[in-house]
Amino acid sequence: MPSRARGWIAIIVVVAVGLAASFVVQERYHHRVLTLVFLWASMGLAWNIISGYAGQISFGHQAFFGIGAYVTVLLVVKLGLTPWLGMIAAVAAAVLAAVLIGLPTFRLAGIYFGLATLAYPLILRIVMDWLGYQEVAIPMKREHLGWFMQFSEPRSFDLVALGVLAGSLALSYRIETSRLGYWLRAIRENEQAAEAMGADSFRCKMAAYMLSAVPAAVAGAVYIHAILFIVTPEAVFGLLVISQTLVVCLVGGTGTMWGPVIGAAVMVPVSEILDTTVGDSLPGIQGVVYGAALILIILFAPEGLYWGVLQRFRARRSRGAEGVRAAPIVVAQPPAHPGAATGDVLLDVRGISKAFLGLQALSDVSFDVKEREILGVIGPNGAGKTTLFNVLNGFLVPDHGEVRFRGQTVTGLLPSALCRRGVGRTFQVVRTFPHLTVLENVMVGAFAREAAVDRARARAASALQDVSLADRAEALPGGLTTLELRLMELARCLATSPRLVLLDEPLAGLSADGVDVMITMIRRVRATGMTVVIIEHTMQALLKLADRLVVLDQGRRLAEGPPGRVTQDRAVIEAYLGKRWLARAGAPAC
Amino acid sequence: MVFAELVQYVVTGLLVGGVYALMSIGLGLIFGVMRVVNFAQGDFMMLGMYVTYFYAVAGSIDPLVGALLAVPPFFVLGWIVHRLLLARVTGGDPGRQHDAQLILTLGLSLVITNATTMILTPTPRGIRTSYATQAFAVGPVLLNQARSYAFVMALVLAGLVYLFLTRTDLGRALRAAADDPEAASYQAIDVRTMHGLAFGVGIALVAAAGGLLATYYPIEPNVAGNFIVLMFVAVVLGGLGSIPGAFVGGILIGLVQSLTLLVLPFQLQNTGVFVAFLLVLYLRPQGLFGRRARTV
Repeated sequence: MPSRARGWIAIIVVVAVGLAASFVVQERYHHRVLTLVFLWASMGLAWNIISGYAGQISFGHQAFFGIGAYVTVLLVVKLGLTPWLGMIAAVAAAVLAAVLIGLPTFRLAGIYFGLATLAYPLILRIVMDWLGYQEVAIPMKREHLGWFMQFSEPRSFDLVALGVLAGSLALSYRIETSRLGYWLRAIRENEQAAEAMGADSFRCKMAAYMLSAVPAAVAGAVYIHAILFIVTPEAVFGLLVISQTLVVCLVGGTGTMWGPVIGAAVMVPVSEILDTTVGDSLPGIQGVVYGAALILIILFAPEGLYWGVLQRFRARRSRGAEGVRAAPIVVAQPPAHPGAATGDVLLDVRGISKAFLGLQALSDVSFDVKEREILGVIGPNGAGKTTLFNVLNGFLVPDHGEVRFRGQTVTGLLPSALCRRGVGRTFQVVRTFPHLTVLENVMVGAFAREAAVDRARARAASALQDVSLADRAEALPGGLTTLELRLMELARCLATSPRLVLLDEPLAGLSADGVDVMITMIRRVRATGMTVVIIEHTMQALLKLADRLVVLDQGRRLAEGPPGRVTQDRAVIEAYLGKRWLARAGAPAC
Repeated sequence: MVFAELVQYVVTGLLVGGVYALMSIGLGLIFGVMRVVNFAQGDFMMLGMYVTYFYAVAGSIDPLVGALLAVPPFFVLGWIVHRLLLARVTGGDPGRQHDAQLILTLGLSLVITNATTMILTPTPRGIRTSYATQAFAVGPVLLNQARSYAFVMALVLAGLVYLFLTRTDLGRALRAAADDPEAASYQAIDVRTMHGLAFGVGIALVAAAGGLLATYYPIEPNVAGNFIVLMFVAVVLGGLGSIPGAFVGGILIGLVQSLTLLVLPFQLQNTGVFVAFLLVLYLRPQGLFGRRARTV
């Protein structure tokens, strides 16, 4: 992450370059190209907020562009209101539309979300046709040209569009460097992990969607006044608008504010020049170039120009820095007898049942977890262990039963809400945010407690220190060993300052040394005052670690108690080893 | 008489829906096997209309026959497009791969529409047939002859596809590759070949549907936009990935479109379709026949 000042300086440089270009350029036509570059960059930045940062691909973003255009123009026509004020109303209308669209549509995931967004501008287009707004021209206001955004000097439009771009860049940069920005990227990379780490994914997406409607509406309003002068449903709600937006973003690169700027600076002039030179004889040339650009980018630089260049640059710089290997992980042993369980109940699980299409994954499971104990949940594959965790951290709502955490009923709460109340978890298969560094991964957890980025970074760094992973802070998760990944996930969980830590098979896939490191870590976690619940299906490790065991089999609680007693339990032996073993194990006792 | 009018609207909707069903099967097949939402589907339909048009103009071939004759060249075209473009972005991170394929087909769509505009001009064309303006009269209800023939042909082609998928080894291999590519590859099924096959068949079907449409609908380069959305809606309505679902979805779209006219003015004809689409997405995102919900 570059420092804050560097980002603002970069934005100022870009705006200064735009300003210089506007004063160098003389011809009216060149000014038009410049205005278009600024406006499409702004529209791309708008799309990038929801589809780039948050990864929710929207094919209907021209809805907001069109609303911006129509509301402003209709206010001029009907009420004689200046577009400068009309734009405020247009932005309000677009944000309201984002709320109305987002509320139902964010219930859909992935491609379903994208397909649903297709429908909204199409509906708006039909409605505008029906209302009789097939063609609305902006009335000339000769006396107050500037007041009605009708300039005779083409440079003025450049400057207005550049202002829109500067505002869009500032908004994007604010998002990129805020908690919301980190949450959005985490949601894009792994929505469930983000939710479990305290990011309310629905609210985050809604916030991003509303924010992304703002530059789109402003760009639409200015586009009509600077370029079209007449607003038609096809021109502002049509597929060409979203195609142009996608081209600008994808060519430049998504998920960064520089992508749409680069994309617009490259693609808009190319297509405009082609259009004026050969457009008369070849009427579809712009579309062909845009389409071909999309195809070529996907085939040869699918991440876009910005990321492609950045990768090459980084590869060159880090050559030589290669081979810096992390020191082996050594951890100090915790005190021999850490503060033992106090006996107060932290988590009370009462009669939980959960069925999936007739498969009873959990039936009437009850147990409690005491403050500062290490409780092991064991059971053969398919016993319902992970389902139990998913109920405990809010991924699933049980069919029956109740979970009480610190004396309060928490059944039905969102995972993010449970995380903020102090329930942290890790996953059976480590869930990383692959394009975020190790430090940023852990920061996502820290944001559950800290709104400020700097403090979240400090908290994350200290959590990494705690798990002896500080020297891997700048690495990407893809380069980590299994042990390091599990430690990173533990650090991410600890950064949320949980009271209760749910560890889903934290030892799976680790070497013998790795198991020792992990066990020491878990003991240290408890020694700092947290309560731990561990799922494992290998009993050996848990016997060393757990104060008590709960045994699940086929969704039922089979036994509960100290490890010594549970391992002698006939039902447990039967579930683990089968009846034949029961006969042998039981024989001496009989 | 009100009842006769209602029947007339239903029949008209069914006839139009048959052709929608055929084009939706093509899209549904491609999605079902490859998990690709093909944005260029409408453009291949448009090309199918033009090919049928040139068959009619140059060879005096009746468009109903021409639609069938569009199948072989478009199968080959689909195969080539898959080999040269789509197959190259398969593999890697599934989420990103999905976006990549989507954007690739969007680019393809832009190129095809605009290149066609460049080469063939935007002027609409039409095929003159004796039956385009004739109607069969069944009591008080009129059945446009062109639409009736197109409906029957669409039904026959859809039936053939169904037989191919359920009764032939190749069809079974195709379905296996759709259900579980990994397991299918262990059974010596070449998944890449199956994807090429699915894309080829999907494109051929939509081109044939375009040919049938050309008997009563004007042919122009921008025609794709009007239909691609209808196809998406039909396929989502039926359940993404389900072939019978896509068929039923197509028929339903025809019906909804036609019946909307009973209550709304002509310009708002498609509003009913989009509202139905959104309702299905909200209430039953897996569609009427879908098995996998929200997993894509």
